Amino acid sequence: MRGAGPYAGAMTPTQTSHAPAPPRPGLSAAQLAGLIACPRCDAVYRAVQPAPGERAVCMRCDAVLIAPRRRAGEQIIAVALAVVVLVVAATLAPFLAIEAGGRAHASSVLDAALAFASAGPAAILALAVAALIVFIPVLRALLVIYVLAPIVANRPPAPRAAAAFRLSEALRPWSMAEIFAIGCAVALVKIADLAQVHFGPAFWMFAALVVLVVIQDGFMCRYSVWKSLER
Amino acid sequence: MEVAGALRTAREMGLVACTRCTRVWPAGTGRCARCGQRLHSREPKALQRVWAFWAVGLMAYVPANLWPMLETRTLVSTQHSTIVGGAVELARHGNWGIALVILTASVAIPVGKFLAIASLALGVRHGSALPQARRQQLYEVVEYIGRWSMIDVFVVAILASLVQLGAVAQVSPGPASLFFALSVIFTMLSAQGFDSRLIWDAEPAPLAPPLPGGRPA
Repeated sequence: MRGAGPYAGAMTPTQTSHAPAPPRPGLSAAQLAGLIACPRCDAVYRAVQPAPGERAVCMRCDAVLIAPRRRAGEQIIAVALAVVVLVVAATLAPFLAIEAGGRAHASSVLDAALAFASAGPAAILALAVAALIVFIPVLRALLVIYVLAPIVANRPPAPRAAAAFRLSEALRPWSMAEIFAIGCAVALVKIADLAQVHFGPAFWMFAALVVLVVIQDGFMCRYSVWKSLER
Repeated sequence: MEVAGALRTAREMGLVACTRCTRVWPAGTGRCARCGQRLHSREPKALQRVWAFWAVGLMAYVPANLWPMLETRTLVSTQHSTIVGGAVELARHGNWGIALVILTASVAIPVGKFLAIASLALGVRHGSALPQARRQQLYEVVEYIGRWSMIDVFVVAILASLVQLGAVAQVSPGPASLFFALSVIFTMLSAQGFDSRLIWDAEPAPLAPPLPGGRPA
């Protein structure tokens, strides 16, 4: 990765020779603003904005530090809107339908979350499941729209946008809609010989979510977002 | 790159880095003025937190395996199946693929995660035979894969809500599902609590001398 193609020259490690004249108090505020530290391994670089589509990676641990994309903001907002629509629709529509012995039953995400509610102590789990597959993905998408919309429109950041983006980032590992989609597929195979099972419309919506979530996380350059919130 | 010798960490430069937005501040700054994240040069007591969550996760993982995950009632019988029992059952019916998926997601990955987090934390304290880049990769894999263990809990929820066919067949979640979910959540917290900068701290001193004003924070 080092020194090859798009990565070459994207980053310059800070050099001792560039240290400011009065070294005791350290670097000036302006100089600090021009530095970037790898969140994974703490290595410090002089931040050089790579061209759109290129990436700046940490030389030591290969973490991607800056990865700007042209029109990423608009694309992420579009994907986030799609996520909101899909999750809400998928919550209400059945994702699997079952038929056995002349009886049929279709189940929605709401039913899946409530499945635990009747099981006494597992009622907390019902809430947790609903949160992980519905509330948190929707909240994250809304937060991302709230943060990015003013930036894309070249307006000053929305009030408390930094806090909103921080929350959205903290929730990232807890947004599990795409895992639920794979869970549907596993459940289907598991009971395929017990009964006739069909995918409902919500299953396909969750399947689309798997793709959208990957796009959303792939397009997002966190450094660029924080940088624009700083203005 | 040609100046790699001068690569230094924020700590060596007398700075503290924000792990959320990558901004650097003079050592001692309490909060990142850009994103509001609390700043620590190295997370204090990070390893204690990792071990605490790790232990709770491991404790929850025991009943998750011993108790039934699913209770299936059909016309003729009531069946309690544990995680491993359910996978064995599937394999016996010829569903080797799906049995393998379940065993991977609910046994191999959780156990591997416990081992990986423990070895990362031990590696910080006692040094590790693995190179730092390998350990960093291991950490990233653990962080990425951790959430996917939740799939088993979702499968239970899906089956319990779907298979409600009155007397013909009825599935309800067993107590193990709660413990399994807790185990996944706590191991995720454990992995998140790990400060991966600790992996790199043990590296032999860089070629360039530290800044005159630099001091470990």
